[in-house]
Amino acid sequence: MTDEVIDIKPMDFQDREVPDETVGEVHVKNPRMTARNVSVYYGDKLAVDNVTLDVGTSEVIAFVGPSGCGKSTLLRCYNRMNDTIDICRMEGDINIDGDDINDPKIDVVSLRARVGMVFQKPNPFPKSIFENIAYGPRIHGLAKDSVELDEIVERSLERAGLWSEVKDRLDQPGTSLSGGQQQRLCIARAVAVGPEVILMDEPCSALDPIATAKVEELISELRKQYTIVIVTHSMQQAARVSDRTAYFHLGKLVEVGETNEIFTRPAHRLTEDYITGRFG
Amino acid sequence: MTRSTDGGLLSSQEAAERVAASLKKRGRSERRFQYLGIAAITCSILFLVLLFTGIFSKGIPGMFQHYVTLEVFLDKNRMDPQGDMSPDSLYTGDARGLVNESLMSALGNPEGRKAKRAARSILSSSSPSRLAEFAVKHPELIGQKVAVKFAVDDDIDSFMRGFISRETPESDRRINNQIIEFVDRLNQASLISYEFSDYLFSGSASRDAEIAGIKGALIGSIWTLGVCLLIAFPLGVATAVYLEEIAPKNRVTEIIEININNLAAVPSVVFGIMGLAIFIIAFGMPRSIPLVGGIVLALMTLPTIIISSRAAIRAVPPSIRDAALGVGASKMQTILHHVIPPALPGMLTGTIIGMAQALGETAPLLMIGMVAFIVDVPGGVTEPATALPVQIFMWADFAERMFIQKTSAAIIVLLAFLITMNAGAIILRKKLERRW
Repeated sequence: MTDEVIDIKPMDFQDREVPDETVGEVHVKNPRMTARNVSVYYGDKLAVDNVTLDVGTSEVIAFVGPSGCGKSTLLRCYNRMNDTIDICRMEGDINIDGDDINDPKIDVVSLRARVGMVFQKPNPFPKSIFENIAYGPRIHGLAKDSVELDEIVERSLERAGLWSEVKDRLDQPGTSLSGGQQQRLCIARAVAVGPEVILMDEPCSALDPIATAKVEELISELRKQYTIVIVTHSMQQAARVSDRTAYFHLGKLVEVGETNEIFTRPAHRLTEDYITGRFG
Repeated sequence: MTRSTDGGLLSSQEAAERVAASLKKRGRSERRFQYLGIAAITCSILFLVLLFTGIFSKGIPGMFQHYVTLEVFLDKNRMDPQGDMSPDSLYTGDARGLVNESLMSALGNPEGRKAKRAARSILSSSSPSRLAEFAVKHPELIGQKVAVKFAVDDDIDSFMRGFISRETPESDRRINNQIIEFVDRLNQASLISYEFSDYLFSGSASRDAEIAGIKGALIGSIWTLGVCLLIAFPLGVATAVYLEEIAPKNRVTEIIEININNLAAVPSVVFGIMGLAIFIIAFGMPRSIPLVGGIVLALMTLPTIIISSRAAIRAVPPSIRDAALGVGASKMQTILHHVIPPALPGMLTGTIIGMAQALGETAPLLMIGMVAFIVDVPGGVTEPATALPVQIFMWADFAERMFIQKTSAAIIVLLAFLITMNAGAIILRKKLERRW
């Protein structure tokens, strides 16, 4: 009887052995972004351990795994957001359409225009809704005149499914919107600069279920035009929105594969334990 | 279910008793603390009330003074010797004679040199120039008889306020019996009035208390603060932005940070000595000028501005920086478009408080010679000037009774400026404050 009690307790994943080899196919036919032997350190601490992974064109790939597994850190490597952290250091190569993103010749500003990002907490600028969207196009000089800028703003909001809700109050502050609307505003802001890839770092963790459903619906819409990498804590969300799923554990990429494969027939014991809720 | 006492645990009943006992003790100590706080606040309010009653009871009368109204015939020939009505001519005319004549006639034309001298000593020595000034302002009144108000001498003013007693023996009194008699005569004719001093805000430094004013010092203070603001604000904000947003966090920046914090605690007189050594002795800049004063005060104010600006920058959530970087803004764009605008109210608040501090500062200005006796109103930052607190300091040093009142009046003006500035800072903060 006592044995059973111990079994039900969530297992301490720290004790588990993590394999060196990734299970499943890390390569895809037409990759948009490729990561080769990527390791990331925070000071001396290894956060991402030798990860090799392709992100295919126009696919939605979900990064899942327990807290501290390095999935967000890897995500932030794709647009070099980790540059803002002094002690963070990256090894290995990441390419976008064959260009090395860490090449000194590549301006990080242009990289971030190609690889947009949506953050965990909705973070609209404390400016009007219009200004929130117009800011990116303006600094990148995407619009020749104000008519074009208006068009970009409208298109972006339409694409984020927000236009009908906000078209009459574009001059109101972005922070006056509800949490879900704010997050969609942030997505529209990312879309406005015409990226190829959109990174989403747990975009629904601060939202209620209805707002979450709307954002998920939006992701399904956006997959037609953009490559989306989404980090999520919700297994159901990964199952609902993604084409492929990558499972991370202690900085290592344990398993990657088609989402329905991963959720129905996980190949690795760790993946199985995690998605069935044994730990995490 | 009651737990047994074995294993060191109390029964719940016993525990409840002990909690009740300790609760009483806790309640007592909390009340004690509360009383202590109330006592402290009462104490400080009391001191504040004392301070303000002290200043206002002296300062408000200091804003008023006694005037004698005299009928003066503005004789064109005597007022305007050159005949062209130019200020030059009017100031060189015989205003003195005209004033004296009307004073004497108001007093019933006393005979004898002694009596005449006594009569003349009633009016401020500035009265002739006041008449000339009046003529310059109202040239159309020349050739007519007009009533002009002249300030009384500060000794007479003291007497009118009761600071000089009639009972004092004549030999110990600053004014003799003859003068008192004349003053009584003017008073009976109700020619003496007590009204708001027009010299306080339009007069400059003077040895005569009745015509001394703060105009020169106030303008000097404004020039000095202007220089201080122009230097300290951009420098302070730039330093804060660099340290918070751009500089790597290492030993060097850490040392800089500690030193800035220490600088905020350096006595202001030290900045004055440094200003004297560097700007006046080493660079050979002139003494007593607002430019040097402003630079010295700017150095003194910088730490305040830097510290408050850094706090304001730190209050901008990192998620906003992430958002800006995420859409591809460069570091400078992120700072200029998304960090500085929301941090600006905090920066301005710190700046205003720093400026208010600088406005009240005396010691550093003494060191760089802004304590000189300067009668002219400074017309620029390179003209000799003094500042409001220094003027107060100088007046407080004068022996004349009426300067004590002038000092308090000037203190009220200074306090009014300080309170206005601080209130402005609070309003600005409340108005522009942003909640994330």
